[in-house]
Amino acid sequence: MEKYVQVENVRMVFNTKKGPFVALRDINLNIRQGEFVALIGHSGCGKSTLLNLVAGLTLPSAGAMFCAGREIAGPGPDRGVVFQNHSLLPWLTCFENVHLAVERVFGRAESASSLKKRAHEALALVGLTHAEHKHPHEISGGMKQRVGIARALSMQPKVLLLDEPFGALDALTRAHLQDELMKITAETKSTVVMVTHDVDEAVLLSDRIVMMTNGPAATIGEILRVDLPRPRERLALANDPQYHEYRGAVLDFLYRRQLRPAA
Amino acid sequence: MNAVTLAESMANIGNIGQAAPAATEAPKVQLNPAQPEPAPTRPLSVWLGAAMRAAIPPLLGLVLFVGLWALVSQASPQLPGPGKTWASAVQLFSDPFYRKGPNDQGIGWNILASLQRVGIGFGMAALVGIPLGFMIGRFDFLNRMTAPIISLLRPVSPLAWLPIGLLVFKAANPAAIWVIFISSIWPMIINTAVGVNRIPSDYMNVAKVLNLSEWKIFTKILFPAVLPHMMTGIRLSIGVAWLVIVAAEMLTGGVGIGFWVWDEWNNLNVEHIIIAIFIVGIVGLLLEYALIMLARRFSYE
Repeated sequence: MEKYVQVENVRMVFNTKKGPFVALRDINLNIRQGEFVALIGHSGCGKSTLLNLVAGLTLPSAGAMFCAGREIAGPGPDRGVVFQNHSLLPWLTCFENVHLAVERVFGRAESASSLKKRAHEALALVGLTHAEHKHPHEISGGMKQRVGIARALSMQPKVLLLDEPFGALDALTRAHLQDELMKITAETKSTVVMVTHDVDEAVLLSDRIVMMTNGPAATIGEILRVDLPRPRERLALANDPQYHEYRGAVLDFLYRRQLRPAA
Repeated sequence: MNAVTLAESMANIGNIGQAAPAATEAPKVQLNPAQPEPAPTRPLSVWLGAAMRAAIPPLLGLVLFVGLWALVSQASPQLPGPGKTWASAVQLFSDPFYRKGPNDQGIGWNILASLQRVGIGFGMAALVGIPLGFMIGRFDFLNRMTAPIISLLRPVSPLAWLPIGLLVFKAANPAAIWVIFISSIWPMIINTAVGVNRIPSDYMNVAKVLNLSEWKIFTKILFPAVLPHMMTGIRLSIGVAWLVIVAAEMLTGGVGIGFWVWDEWNNLNVEHIIIAIFIVGIVGLLLEYALIMLARRFSYE
C-alpha cells in the first residue's frame, strides 16, 4: 500500500489565552505500509503534535487524515502508541498492563487463555518474560519502555506510534533498545512513526526522515530518504560514508537552516 | 558486562600458583571491599540505644505534660490532679460493662454506643460521598453544578444541622447520626473529586489510546489512581465524625461518651470528665491509626 497513512493539508491551531496559536500548517505526508518514518525537529516544532494527531488524541483544525483507508476520528487500537514516559499503570504488573490492552482488542473474539498467550508473547518479544509479574516501580527505565512497546505491539496495531520513546534513557540502554526495536519491527513488519530529536537514532532506524521547520506554524521542511540496506548494524554503519552523508544532511537541516536563535 | 570481564581478569591474576576455587573467591573480596560482612548480628545494645532514642522525646513530652497538669491542679483545687484521676480511672475501668438502667451504664457501653453512631453516620457518608466525589471529578458539568452548594454547606457548623435532624427524624439517635453524616461527608466528596481531577493525563491518554470502556477506566485507572486521595478523605472524615459525636451526644442525650461527659458534669465528677477527654483522644488516635494502616495496605508504591 503506497498510502497507508495519509495526512492531507493538516493544520493545527490551539486556542490559548493569548489567542489562537498555529502549531502546524500545510502538513502533507503519505506513509507506506511497513515503512519506518522518523519525525525530527527542534523542540516546539510540533512533531509530537503531529504524532498525537495521527494517534487521534487531538483532532486537526483543518485537513484530513486517514489510516488504512479509514478516516482518523479519534484514538483507536489500530494505532498503538508508546509514550515518552512509558505511562504504565503503576498498580498493575507488567503482564497486567499488557493484558489490559490485549483484552480490549481481542477480548470479544478470543478465549481467556488465548488472551493470556498474546500478552505472554508480546512480553517475550521484548525479552521481558522474566519480569512479567513485577510492578513498574520494580524495574528499570529501559524495561518500562520495553513493556510500553510490548503493550502497543500486543494490540497488533496497523501503525506503531512512538513519541520519543528512548528520550529519557541513558545512551547505552537507548542503543540497546534501538537495536531491539529494529529487530522487532523487521520481525513484525510494522509501520512505524517515531518522534525523535536524536539524529543518529533517526538515521539508524528510519526509511525516511521527516524534518520539520521551527514553530510556530511549523511544517515539513524536507524529507530525507535513507537508503541503507537492512538489517543495519550500528558498528558497521559507524564507518559507512553513506551513513555519515545522511547524518550530515539532517544535521545541516537542523543546525544551519533551522537553527533556533534562542534555546 | 565490564564488571564480568574485570572479575574474570582478576580471577586469572589470582589464579597464578593457587587452586581454582580459592582463586575465584579471593578477587570477589578484593573487588568489593566496601561491602558489609555477611549477616552481621548487631549487638543488643545498639538496638536498645535506637529504641531509647526513639522513645525519649515523646516520653519526655508526656512527663512534662503530666507535670504541668499536676502543677496547675495544685494551684486550682477544683481541678483534680493526675494521681486522683488515675485512681478514678482504675476504678472506672474495673467494671466497664455494667447496666443500671438507661442513664447509668458502664463506660464500655458508652464508648461502643458512640462508635456505633459514628460507624453508621460515617458509613452512610462514605457510601454517598465517595461515588459522588467520583462523579463530580469525572464530569465537569456536575462539578460546576455542585460547586456552589458544596461551598455553601461545607463551612456550616456540624451542630447547626441537629435541629433539622430532630425535625425530620423526630428522634435523638437518628438526629445524631444525621449530624455525623452531614459533617463527615465533605472531606470524602472533595478529596475524591480532587483525586479524580489530579489523575496524571498520561493515564487518561492510555485509556483513550486503548479505547477502554467507562467501566474499565473506572476499575483499572480511576479507582486505583484515586485511592490514596480517597483514603485521605476518609481519614479526615472519620476525624471530623469523632470530633462531632461528643458535641452531638451532649445535646441529644441517651448513651454515649458525649452524653456521659455531660452527665458527669451534672454530677460534678471532674475526674470523669478528664478521663473522657483522654478516652476521646485515644479512640480518635486509634481510628486514625487503623485507617493509616488500611491506606498503607492499599498503596501501590
